[in-house]
Amino acid sequence: MGLTLIEKIIAKNIGVASVKPGQIVTVGVDRVMIHDIFIPFVAEKFEEMGFTKIWDPDKVVLIYDHLVPTSAVEDVRHFKIGDAFASKYGLSHVHRSDGICHQLMTEAGYAKPGNIVFGTDSHTTTYGCVGCFSSGIGYTEMASILGTGELWIRVPETIKVVIDGQLPANVSAKDVILTLIGDLRADGATYKVIEMSGSTVDAMSVASRMTISNMAIEAGAKACLFRPDQKTCDYSHVDLQDVDWLYADEDADYDEVMIYNAEDLEPVCACPSQVDNIHPVAELEGTELDQVFIGSCTNGRLEDLEVAAAILKGKKVAVKTIITPASRKIYLDAIKSGAIATLAEAGCIITHPGCGLCCGRAGGILSDGEKVLATNNRNFLGRMGTSKVGIYLGSPATAATSAIEGRITLPLLCCR
Amino acid sequence: MEQFTGKVWVLGDDIDTDIIIPTDYLALPTVEDMKQYGFSPLRPELAGQIQEGDIIVAGKNFGCGSSREQAPEIIKALKVKCVIAKSFARIFFRNSINNGLLLIENDQIQNLVKEGDTLTVTMGESIDYKGKSYPIQPLPQNLMDIINAGGLVKAMQKRNGILEED
Repeated sequence: MGLTLIEKIIAKNIGVASVKPGQIVTVGVDRVMIHDIFIPFVAEKFEEMGFTKIWDPDKVVLIYDHLVPTSAVEDVRHFKIGDAFASKYGLSHVHRSDGICHQLMTEAGYAKPGNIVFGTDSHTTTYGCVGCFSSGIGYTEMASILGTGELWIRVPETIKVVIDGQLPANVSAKDVILTLIGDLRADGATYKVIEMSGSTVDAMSVASRMTISNMAIEAGAKACLFRPDQKTCDYSHVDLQDVDWLYADEDADYDEVMIYNAEDLEPVCACPSQVDNIHPVAELEGTELDQVFIGSCTNGRLEDLEVAAAILKGKKVAVKTIITPASRKIYLDAIKSGAIATLAEAGCIITHPGCGLCCGRAGGILSDGEKVLATNNRNFLGRMGTSKVGIYLGSPATAATSAIEGRITLPLLCCR
Repeated sequence: MEQFTGKVWVLGDDIDTDIIIPTDYLALPTVEDMKQYGFSPLRPELAGQIQEGDIIVAGKNFGCGSSREQAPEIIKALKVKCVIAKSFARIFFRNSINNGLLLIENDQIQNLVKEGDTLTVTMGESIDYKGKSYPIQPLPQNLMDIINAGGLVKAMQKRNGILEED
């Protein structure tokens, strides 16, 4: 019996020819990511466990993003503890205002094809876009990895998703993953891995694949993997021959295979207050909005900002429209491409890269009765303000088009 | 075999970690400071009503959402004895084991129990409710090892020789 992508990665990591779903194995960890919200807890647990040194300081990345820039005086404590921990244990990879952790991990080359990476955040699944097995864990497990360099995992079953054909002009990777979550439901991939394949996926940019792997956790997935190709290698600065082992065998065993025709897909939104509450944008048209949000680690990349700029060029937004690039590099690239100027001229508010609005801490939080169309990954009750805010999740194209009208509107074009 | 009886609070499907503890309160210094806000987006009064030894019975996908470990910690700080759900989200499941919060997977009792009822759990064996017994699966050995050590912190303390083996 052949192996799926995840089985190949795990087998290579532990130095065996093959592994089977359900097996419990201990893997060596290639990299870990800790963000500002949880560093105080990781630091406390690490010392409470009796560790005195980190297994490999070069493999640890500390990223400040949820609290950057601070919105409450208590937030400062997290940076002080993080800085002290980094200095005490010799951590050199510390990002204090460079962008959102999930963007930086692949952008800065910390998470590469074939690696096993864990992070203290559920959207750690993002790095599957480059064929990296990455998953979220809690701070106590993170503390134990810092001391041991290992973690036990259960080899997961794999759900194979095949999408072939060309997406309609107004359908993006965001619509693909929202559709998939709607079909799988919020727990449909729990304990499992989603393996993405097909000509539609092959044609996607790494940025678009990242939108999909980022949101796989919303169906409960442990990881969401794409086979590395030349685009991946260019992005991750690796040679194709170094990752040529990383493909799913023809006779690999799948828990389930889901097949889609790209031509059948349409723009969709996740409606309040569950990510699997998916409806076509066509059915939601006319829903009045109070705010639009384009950005986050889900859809804050250059291609997202550029499609928003293309739609908003020469127009004015009718509602508050907040733009958050996923990283400083993307912010700079979007300044150079002119996208930022176009968005600002259209009346958008451009914020520093960070998690603020997506996690409901700062930069545009909403109140009772308000509705927002947002490109981020969660619309849970109370996520972006009070529990009486209606959050609709959609693509950057749907968001930008809706911003002009002030109500949910079907986009005409998208980001490919 | 350990046995306990507790009063039931009933919650639905997909109880996410933003409901269990909203992000707004995650920067509070301790879990004790946060616990009064547990479940507040859904039921603001619930954290004040839960008493020591109570049992939460929920539907599928309990604990879905973020990796925040404060979610099981808050449930533990509210002195809930265990959560019985049809299924648990992956990260929440690991975090609960690591913090010694007992989770039981069972999909038979959700439509039967009512809030305020009591039920009895015999560890690794059954849930007993109104004279009927519903079997439950024991946890895998590697997880029982962590629970038996008293959580992952204690397991690591033993590994590092700062806590003596029992």
